[in-house]
Amino acid sequence: MTSTLSVTDAAAPATTGGTRSFARLLPSSSPKLIVGLIIAGVVIVWGIVGPLLVGDPHAISTNAFAPPGPEHWLGTTQVGQDVWAQIAYGTRGSLVIGFVVGLLATVLSAFFGVLGAYIGGVIDEGFALFTNVVLVIPGLPLVIVIGNYVPQNQRGLFLIAVVLAITSWAGSARVLRSVTLSLRNRDYVAASKVSGEKTWRVLAVEILPNLIPVMASQFVFAIIFAILGEAGLSFLGLGANNSFTLGTILFQAYNDLALTQGAWWWFVPPGLVIALFGCALSLINFSIDEIINPKLRNQTRASRKAWGLTADQIQRLEKEDIK
Amino acid sequence: MRFYLQKIVFYVVALWAAVTLNFLIPRLMPGNPVDIMIAKMGAAGQPITAGTRHALEVELGGSGGSLIQQYGAYIVNLLHGNLGISLTNFPEKVTTVIGQALPWTIALVGMATIISFILGIGLGMLAGWKRGSWLDNLIPVTTMFQAVPYFWLALILVLVLTRVLSLFPYAGGYNVATTVPGLSFQFIGSALYYGFLPAVTIVISSVGGWMLGMRNMMVATLSEDYIVTAEAKGLKPSRVRMTYAARNAVLPSLSGFAISLGFVVAGSIVTEQVFSYPGIGQLLFTAVSNDDYALMQGVFLVISLSVLAANLVVDVLYGLIDPRTRARS
Repeated sequence: MTSTLSVTDAAAPATTGGTRSFARLLPSSSPKLIVGLIIAGVVIVWGIVGPLLVGDPHAISTNAFAPPGPEHWLGTTQVGQDVWAQIAYGTRGSLVIGFVVGLLATVLSAFFGVLGAYIGGVIDEGFALFTNVVLVIPGLPLVIVIGNYVPQNQRGLFLIAVVLAITSWAGSARVLRSVTLSLRNRDYVAASKVSGEKTWRVLAVEILPNLIPVMASQFVFAIIFAILGEAGLSFLGLGANNSFTLGTILFQAYNDLALTQGAWWWFVPPGLVIALFGCALSLINFSIDEIINPKLRNQTRASRKAWGLTADQIQRLEKEDIK
Repeated sequence: MRFYLQKIVFYVVALWAAVTLNFLIPRLMPGNPVDIMIAKMGAAGQPITAGTRHALEVELGGSGGSLIQQYGAYIVNLLHGNLGISLTNFPEKVTTVIGQALPWTIALVGMATIISFILGIGLGMLAGWKRGSWLDNLIPVTTMFQAVPYFWLALILVLVLTRVLSLFPYAGGYNVATTVPGLSFQFIGSALYYGFLPAVTIVISSVGGWMLGMRNMMVATLSEDYIVTAEAKGLKPSRVRMTYAARNAVLPSLSGFAISLGFVVAGSIVTEQVFSYPGIGQLLFTAVSNDDYALMQGVFLVISLSVLAANLVVDVLYGLIDPRTRARS
């Protein structure tokens, strides 16, 4: 793994002059990144603004299982609720879960991964052991079991988020630990210690900035994980009480036999929103990966085509490339 | 020696943690499971006698004594292979019920995961070898499938392939009407036919991750100096690709394989629910919806232990494939 960690030394050519050092940490703009940011942005804005624009998602009507039409853009449910309105609220709920879990998991993984590796010795061994143990204990079954023991009226959105975070930080912590271990022994860190910098300053100013791309990618991944986990949990009927998420919509659709009724407009859109958002976050992650690992950033066949080379020249270049 | 010692300590601690967690969760949760159950029974209009509470306490294994005494009794029971009695399948033992469901899940999830792993590693290797090829450009698409909820994909497949096209059966593990479980071609064929759709769901939604990981490692490995040396020696490209690049690039994926099993099991719990597949996931769900605490704890324990066992297998394999691990010891 150490080879991937020349993080900022070999970063992308900076595009801006002024805040050079910071700009180098930002992903260089690529089509992948732009598409990812646009889709994610649309979904997030929709999650924030959407619920203000639509009607009451709980309001029932006699117009049951109506297919999509001008009155109900995405049709209605079994009791005539507007699916479009439900999706708006559900998106908000899922996003809240995603971001809360992402934040909590990142903090937890930074604590166990970075701190342990930096201090070293027994604490590091202990933290590493703890991380590995948490890693092998299967998350969702645990969440299901915990979720069932908590009485339904106490099962709030926050509790679900905490439980999901507790089961999802370990993988990231392990990666952060190995990165920190290799950073800790670099000359520049030793130099800053010798010059009398305080421990917290070494951690915050010398080490943490080099971890930011890794942590950003993990944060993005934790959001996807949380949204998927919550959807699965809600689908089993163990989600947060009194909340609207994309998972609870799927749960209702499945239990009210949307499948047998062929009411695709009820259960296709929620999954599609999750898939779109997850895809957008993956695209963003691709760009972050290219910062963490400059080797992924070399020219590809596609970019060479853009130079207007002939097929022969491309082949020759490729021969040189595949060393 | 240090390496093996570390591994042994890890497995002992992990085993202890899984067992203890299983013991502690019901006892740490707000409210007493016995009270919750009595409340639920009361709400359902079932008669509650003085004996009910005692019966429930015994059933949940929380009867009397301090926490440490309970823990001792729990461990002794566990060592005897006694996980209690399933409430939903009364009077079957939890171990029997799990024993019936486990082969289904191991076959389905195990096969699907291995297929997905091999497929993903193979495709990822080719994509990394020829960067910018059509296969490489396919990777973002497969990662999109990864972001799709397992069970939602299952719902879509059920809708299209069983409702609209009626190519596949949509529920169960085998044809109950025409076959009996046993080692007959008919039964195995039926089980394969019924398991196809759930397996495809798992493969589609997990293959992208393997592909991406392998592709990125392949790209990183190909820029190592020893690959240049191998090329310079005039080795055949296929040899460079397989023995020099792929063998080294696959290592992180392999160690990730064991870890991912936990996720796959989790994902398949919900998938099994959609397909009414008679496996562990379905069992866990039945236990949860019927407040069958003994069964629930048993299922959780079995899932944890299986994931641990899979980890152990991968660890041993890893030592065989990567000589450096052995050299370190």
